[in-house]
Amino acid sequence: MPEILDQARAQVLETGVGLDEAGVLAVLTLPDEHLPAALQLAHEVRMRWCGPEVEVEGIVSLKTGGCPEDCHFCSQSGLFTSPVRSVWLDIPSLVEAAKQTAATGATEFCIVAAVRGPDARLMKQMREGVAAIRAEVDIQVAASLGMLTQEQVDELVDMGVHRYNHNLETCRSYFPTVVTTHSWEERWETLRMVRESGMEVCCGGILGLGETVEQRAEFAAQLAELDPHEVPLNFLNPRPGTPLGDRPVVEGKDALRAIAAFRLAMPRTILRYAGGREITLGDLGTRDGLLGGINAVIVGNYLTTLGRPATEDLKLLDDLKMPVKALSATL
Amino acid sequence: MSVPDPTTVGGDVPPPWCDRCGEPARSGPHPACAAARALEPPRFCARCRRRMKVQILPAGWSAVCVEHGEFRG
Repeated sequence: MPEILDQARAQVLETGVGLDEAGVLAVLTLPDEHLPAALQLAHEVRMRWCGPEVEVEGIVSLKTGGCPEDCHFCSQSGLFTSPVRSVWLDIPSLVEAAKQTAATGATEFCIVAAVRGPDARLMKQMREGVAAIRAEVDIQVAASLGMLTQEQVDELVDMGVHRYNHNLETCRSYFPTVVTTHSWEERWETLRMVRESGMEVCCGGILGLGETVEQRAEFAAQLAELDPHEVPLNFLNPRPGTPLGDRPVVEGKDALRAIAAFRLAMPRTILRYAGGREITLGDLGTRDGLLGGINAVIVGNYLTTLGRPATEDLKLLDDLKMPVKALSATL
Repeated sequence: MSVPDPTTVGGDVPPPWCDRCGEPARSGPHPACAAARALEPPRFCARCRRRMKVQILPAGWSAVCVEHGEFRG
């Protein structure tokens, strides 16, 4: 057994203290023959510190495309020659999306907008949309609207938004290679305000942007320092027309190593499968990740791409005897 | 208005444009587009090549061409 897994068993499993950057790097560079043991340990850590429940979430884009930022992975940037056109979702469709999500048994519904930060029009749409959902659908509402001012943070709290997503996307040292129109530190500042407001912090990123394995470890350590309630883990799905459109997808075993490593860095967080798992891991890999540290999933479609049918994920959870977290358990 | 999936518009006759990349569809196969289509909605109208307004919901999608109307999946 590699020394790092013995160390992780004693430290993470027994005491709940996550691995540091060097420890994460050691897991990320484990030879293939030790990957099953790493996943098994990460699963034990998840079961010990989080329990068997899986949190299910659906997401929808309230405002698609036309974003002024240049996140090199994103097909919604207005600066690239992506085929994605700008479109707004109306309130009845937003409520319908929330109903579709709730029908899967999901407890979380995240409203997302492709913006640098919300303007008055978007905040008005949010206020009306969140009120309409809360009146008709029994589900927790989260939001992801880019960088916020303190006033906007306070307004979202007042609306009843209980969790805010703002991904750091990648480690601090690599971020300027991926985004040039704003800084990692500006994102961190929004996350600080969100935390202080009492909203739950949801912060993760995308693997496969061209970062090194050392930078992957750096990212895990920086997320652990932030200590978010939830970490959505995406794998790059290269989008036509974007600067990263020709990048290869993350190799399945590397994705699984990352899942185990991120779990061992953050034993208590909600570690969520987000975009890209279908092309990176496929059905078998999706199962391996759920038995390797993942304890939350986005079901159904994503913002600009399609996911597996929710029924397939729910059947998989049933096969694995992993109960879907109930709404009462999130309140 | 709801019409068939744009990849099948025209019945047995292939549509003139690829609904994913917007390039001519009759000049040869588009294997990458065909593979990607399982996890992507159409972006271009297969009849006229216009970029469509696409809205994705958790359990479906709609794509609107200003000339040829709405497609759903």
